[in-house]
Amino acid sequence: MIETIQDFFRTMADTYPKWNFIFFHEPAQWDRVVSGFFVTLQLSVACVILSVIIGIVGAWAQGSPSRTIRWIVQGYIQFFRNTPPLIQLLFFYFALGQFTPTVTGPDGWTEQPIISNVGWAIISLSFFAGAFNVEIFRSGIEAVPKSTLEAAESLGFTRAQTYTNITFPLALRVSLPALNNNLINLVKTTTQAIAIAVPELLYEMVSIWNDYASAQNAAMAVLFFTYIALVGVLAFGMNRWEAKLLVPGFGKARR
Amino acid sequence: MSDQDWTDQQPIVSIKDVHKAFGTLEVLKGVSMDIMKGEVICIIGPSGSGKSTLIRCINALNDIQAGSITIEGQEVHDTKLDKLELRKKVGMVFQQYNLFPHKTALENVMMAPIKVLKQPRDEVEVRARALIKKVRLEGKEDSYPGELSGGQQQRVAIARSLAMDPDVMLFDEVTAALDPETVKEVLLTIKELAADGMTCILVTHEMGFAREVADHIYFTDRGVIVEHGPPETFFESASDPRTKEFLGQIL
Repeated sequence: MIETIQDFFRTMADTYPKWNFIFFHEPAQWDRVVSGFFVTLQLSVACVILSVIIGIVGAWAQGSPSRTIRWIVQGYIQFFRNTPPLIQLLFFYFALGQFTPTVTGPDGWTEQPIISNVGWAIISLSFFAGAFNVEIFRSGIEAVPKSTLEAAESLGFTRAQTYTNITFPLALRVSLPALNNNLINLVKTTTQAIAIAVPELLYEMVSIWNDYASAQNAAMAVLFFTYIALVGVLAFGMNRWEAKLLVPGFGKARR
Repeated sequence: MSDQDWTDQQPIVSIKDVHKAFGTLEVLKGVSMDIMKGEVICIIGPSGSGKSTLIRCINALNDIQAGSITIEGQEVHDTKLDKLELRKKVGMVFQQYNLFPHKTALENVMMAPIKVLKQPRDEVEVRARALIKKVRLEGKEDSYPGELSGGQQQRVAIARSLAMDPDVMLFDEVTAALDPETVKEVLLTIKELAADGMTCILVTHEMGFAREVADHIYFTDRGVIVEHGPPETFFESASDPRTKEFLGQIL
C-alpha cells in the first residue's frame, strides 16, 4: 500500500517536476512533516488552553473592586492588543529570554535557557490571544442582565455562587462566537513561531523546499490543506459546543 | 428585640421611619408600617413614589440611610447580619421574572435549595415538582424560560421563591409586564398563596385585585405614606386629595 503511494508520487514528480511531493515518497522528509505537524498541534492546543484561562481570569479580575488590579489588566490588554504578535514573539524570545536562568545541558558544558523557544512561543502567543479573550469574556459578562443577578442575590446566592452558577454559564454562551474567531486566528498565528526557529509545520516545510526547490509548490499545497483541516476541526468542535449550550430564548435562535 | 424573642403576636415585618436616598434624590422620606403574620399588604401609588424601593429595602437589595426594618425581630440593615438568614425568610418576585435562562423550569426551582441551602437533590426535586404543580405548570418542568409565556415564567419565579420556604413574600409589580390574559393566572396563584396564610407584600397597579385580596392598602406618593386603611374604607372614602386624584385617574 505505502509503496504504491510512494511510487505514484515518484512518477508524478518525474512527469511534472514542479510538483514534487517529496515527503510522500521519501520517508526522511515525511518524518519532518509529521514532526512539524505535531509541534504545530502542541503549540495550538497549549496556546488555546492557556489563552482561554488568561481570558477567564482576566475578565474576572477586570470586575475586581481594586483599582490597581483593573489598571494592570487594562494595561496588559492595551499592550498586547495594540502591538504586532510577531514583535511580541521576538521581544519575548530575544529580550526576555536573556534574563531567564540557564541550566547545563545533557552534554555537560553547554548552557541552555530554562524556557526553550517552544516555551517562549507558547507564552507569547497565549498572552497575545489572551488579551483578546479577556475582552471577549468581559463583553459576555456585561451582557448578563443585572436583574438576573439580583434574583440570584435575593435567593441567597453568594457572589461566588452567582458567578459560577449564573454569570459565567450565561457569559460563556454570549462569548462563544467571538471566542471561536479568536481561537481560529490563534491557531493560524502559531506559524509566526518560525521567526524564533520553533520547528513547527511551516518551519519544516520551508526547510524542505530550501533543500529541494522542486518541492515548493507541493509543500505550499500541503500547508494550505493542513491548516484548512486543523482550523476546520477546531471550528467544528466550537460550533458543536455552541449548539450544545444553546438554550431557547437566550442568545441566537435554535437552528 | 432579638430574633429569639419574636413571637407571631408581634409584627412579622416592622418598618420604622425609613429614609432612603439615591445620591441627592430622596426616595423614601420616613416610611413606617407594621405587617402581621398572614397579612396581605398592597402598596399602591404613582410611579416614582418609592414603592418598589421600599420592598427592595425589605430584603436588603437596597440599603437604607436611616430608620429600621425588622423581620421576625431581626434588623435587616444590621451590617453584621447574615444575609443568607434574611433571604431564607424573605422571597421576592420581580416584574421581569428574572428566571435563569439556561436552566429549565424545574432546575430554576431546585437551584437555590441545592446550592444555597445544600439540601439533598432528590428531596428538593420532590418538593420542586410539587411547587410546579401548585402553580399549575405541571408538564412544563423541562421547558426553558424562553419557551414559556410571561405568565408561566412568572409562576415559575413564584415557585422558585417558595422553594426556599420563606415566611414573607415580596411581589414587585409582578403583573406589570404581562398580557391581560396571563395576568389572571398569576393573580390566582398569589391569591391561593394568600389563602394558605402566606404573608405577602405586593406593589401593584391592579386595583381590583388589591381590593379583593389585601387586608390593608398603603398609598405612597413622593416618598411618604399618604394614606392607608383596609380596602373597603380606602377605596370608598379616601380623604387625602392626592389619593383621590390617583384613584380618580386609575379607577
